Amino acid sequence: MTPPAASAHGPDGRWVGAALTRKEDRRLLQGRGRFVGDMTRAGMLHAAFVRSPFPAAAVTAIDTTAAARMPGVTAVFTSADLGDPYLLATLERDEFMPTRMPLLAGDQVRFAGEPVAMAVAADPYLAEDAAERVEVDWAPGPAVAGLAAAQAGAAPQVHPETSGNCLVDLLMFDDDRLGGIFARAAAVVGGVFTSARVAAVPLEGRACLAEWDDRDGQLVLHVSTQVPHQVRSGVAQALGVPERAVRVVAPDVGGGFGLKCVVGREEVAIAAASLRLRRPVRWTEDRQENLSASFHGHEQRYQVRAAFDGAGRILGLDAEIDCDVGAYSAYPFTCAVEPLMAASELPGIYKVPAYRARGRGIATHKAPTAPYRGVSRPQIVLVMERLMEKAAAELGLDPLDTRRRNMIGPGEFPYAGVNGISYDEGSYRESLDLAEQRVAQAGWLAERDRLRADGLRAGIGYACFSERTAYGTPTMSLRRMRMTPGYDTASVRMDPTGEVIVTTGTCAHGQGHETTFAQIVADRLGVHPDHVRLRQGDTDLASYGWGTFASRSVVIGGGAAARAAEQVADQLRAAAGHLLEASAADVELHGGMARIRGDARAAVPLAEIARLVHFQTHALPEEVRYGLEARASYDPPGTFSNACHAALVAIDPGTGQVSVLRYLVVEDCGVVINPLIVDGQVLGGVTQGVAAALYERICYDAEGQPVSTTLMDYLVPTAAEMCPVEVIHLQTPSAFSESGAKGMGEGGMIGAPATVLNAVNDALAGAGAGFDHIPVLPEEVCAALAAAGTGPAGAGPDGAGGAAGGGAPAGRDAGTTGEDA
Amino acid sequence: MTDRHQVRLRVNGTEHELLVEARRTLADMLRHDLGYTGTNVGCEHGICGACTVRLDGAPVRSCLVFGVQADGAEVRTVEGLADGDDLSDLQQAFRDHHALQCGFCTPGFLMLAEAYLAERGLVPPAPPHGHPPPGADEEPTEAEIRELAASNLCRCTGYQGIVAAMLATARSRHAAARRDPGPAR
Repeated sequence: MTPPAASAHGPDGRWVGAALTRKEDRRLLQGRGRFVGDMTRAGMLHAAFVRSPFPAAAVTAIDTTAAARMPGVTAVFTSADLGDPYLLATLERDEFMPTRMPLLAGDQVRFAGEPVAMAVAADPYLAEDAAERVEVDWAPGPAVAGLAAAQAGAAPQVHPETSGNCLVDLLMFDDDRLGGIFARAAAVVGGVFTSARVAAVPLEGRACLAEWDDRDGQLVLHVSTQVPHQVRSGVAQALGVPERAVRVVAPDVGGGFGLKCVVGREEVAIAAASLRLRRPVRWTEDRQENLSASFHGHEQRYQVRAAFDGAGRILGLDAEIDCDVGAYSAYPFTCAVEPLMAASELPGIYKVPAYRARGRGIATHKAPTAPYRGVSRPQIVLVMERLMEKAAAELGLDPLDTRRRNMIGPGEFPYAGVNGISYDEGSYRESLDLAEQRVAQAGWLAERDRLRADGLRAGIGYACFSERTAYGTPTMSLRRMRMTPGYDTASVRMDPTGEVIVTTGTCAHGQGHETTFAQIVADRLGVHPDHVRLRQGDTDLASYGWGTFASRSVVIGGGAAARAAEQVADQLRAAAGHLLEASAADVELHGGMARIRGDARAAVPLAEIARLVHFQTHALPEEVRYGLEARASYDPPGTFSNACHAALVAIDPGTGQVSVLRYLVVEDCGVVINPLIVDGQVLGGVTQGVAAALYERICYDAEGQPVSTTLMDYLVPTAAEMCPVEVIHLQTPSAFSESGAKGMGEGGMIGAPATVLNAVNDALAGAGAGFDHIPVLPEEVCAALAAAGTGPAGAGPDGAGGAAGGGAPAGRDAGTTGEDA
Repeated sequence: MTDRHQVRLRVNGTEHELLVEARRTLADMLRHDLGYTGTNVGCEHGICGACTVRLDGAPVRSCLVFGVQADGAEVRTVEGLADGDDLSDLQQAFRDHHALQCGFCTPGFLMLAEAYLAERGLVPPAPPHGHPPPGADEEPTEAEIRELAASNLCRCTGYQGIVAAMLATARSRHAAARRDPGPAR
């Protein structure tokens, strides 16, 4: 055992709140992490996929003979060879059309990159050689590569049963007063807001290793996933085996961001190959596959109108939301995850009295989509924050005061939204006030003036938002998924040496749960976190759980662990009461000891209690015998964290390059379990949000060919593109969380696009440009400046407002290169 | 293509001799033939830098180098940084500054930083006696370190911790070198 680290407790003598360095780091820093690609087995085989070069084609013949005869090649599988298995994600809704996603496409491919065959060989190089030798006869057909093309009258249908390629059409809210409201409004603002298709790009692509275990009669699938139990369910359903016969283990996972919270067809195909061959089979996705053939997200178009009164109060909101969801619904969340989230949460932190929203998922001949970090919230925040700016500009009001006038204010919580959502206590107003103060104190305004005087365009942007996190089945069930996620279950047990083992169904992939769960449990049991070990990512170890996504783990998984730990603490107190001849109610657990309150001499080490309970249990009364162990579940309704972001950007009028010079986050995620880790989540999220605002987009040409399939084309930002980010914490504890903590895994990503976009528009104010789309590219900035005929030195108004109206929306048909707009 | 070639190299001071195909990358050779799985492969086209190792001191993308090119070379990987279970100052700085989350890119950043620091004459744990560090006159700047860090990609941290950890290590080694520059050349 390693000696306890000399780390300070949190502010009030508890481990929760302490900035502990992470338990995970030591192995990862020494290259001793265990990722799927690091794992080998005796006799292990390697798989490579044959993928479609066409976005839409009939597959008329596949000849695997030559490939299968190559030296070192064990087998080549087509869909028919596997019995045409598929994954099916379903909602219990009439407005939803399910799409079967075959593990390997059969007679039809629906996007370039779709797998049609799988070669298995002794070596990954040989497997790729064999994949190239598979002969496929293709009959290419017309493809739809964007929303406009897919919704056109005579458009080819990705799935023949659809009309307008519509897979889901949800009129979530309507209000017959809206017509009158818009007619009488002092100002009506709106526009077409778009965000490009983006990719999660975890540094480790997807990967899995399947092996058959004859002794347990079980297929063991080691997979780089956020959701081990969901993978198990997917494999069991697709291959028609009981869940018991599948064990899914996630080792170290090199990032996920949502990409790995769905089940990949390749993972199930590898499982199928291993089952048939009774040999270990491994597959590691390469980056080209990851960028073109895994899952994307965020390709959305909002056509929105908002009515305001003369004082800048919003009166009504009307939104048509279309999401380009690609060729299939991903298992198990379905392609409805984006339109559902967007339509149900668009009003956000603002008090919208009348609301209509229709959300649609539109199929295209492109890679399917998965819930990438933020899931529609980056877009809805962008929309609402642009509306606030536009209304303020139209009415001649201060844009931040316009937000204050509309946001749910102090004393108004819990707030019942027009969207049926109850917003729990937050610090919306306080975070904005603090951000505005900090921006002023830190000299941003003077810096903006200085930059402008130097001939640059410069601007400051804000975004205010909340993020619903940690929602259990009470909320998830509203989606009407056939599999409703939400709860989680943990077990806590103390071994005979006093060490604590926690199991959970959540599955960290960079979030540091080994550390934060230990902090939570350590406080309940009165032990040092170094004596608490988290076991996660193994379906044979943990009760059914839903994994790590939707900013749920520390609240729900950690909440379940806290509850289970509390039961073990009761067991320890009862045993200590017996041993010390005192009432259990007087026993305190602290510092690895059980003590009697008010009696400095009456104490017993917890390790001694653990030893006695296990090894001398016969000497103890019945109620404290047979181990120290408990299991508990947690299924909360959800809780809102919130934040205000601000950014200062400079634009070089010659090149159109936008540089983010300063960035501020004032965030409130309730009780902070570990400030180091919370800051890390914020900083990483902000970087992905800045990337979505300025750099990243997955491009397809008008025929549906992916053209951003390398990291030279898909621009993940480096350290050179990022500036230091200042993070300030407010803490409004949640009543819907065992620890008072709120989820916060996505907030950075949610706020940053709107913040940067508002800053860019502030910088371009006076040039007549007002962008309502992301990413804003340098050539678009140059074009806007050229169209305005303005010189390099900006002379725009000093407010943080963006230009409203003024010409056609600058948005493209999101995510395409523009050819099919 | 499948002919095998004999390669002899030293990895973290240990001699290895093996037969590899000409097309086998150094990354695959290190990871799968020699068992140095600490080096991770993130893109296989030389952009992300996760697979960065030191080849005769210089930082290279091991996905863009063939194994046969390392014949006769000295290779350093992440496994060679710590002294037993004692983290190096750079590794400890990464931990202190929360410079890693999922940890997949981390070995590449560590090897990149070590190569840079060595180039600056800032090697652990003490300055090399007899060789006044060539770069030790000037303290490394944040801008310099940020430019260095821009060689590689990280998707989790936003780079703030990585830059802070590299800068802290560079500065502490620089300060140590100034205190004890060793005998004059």
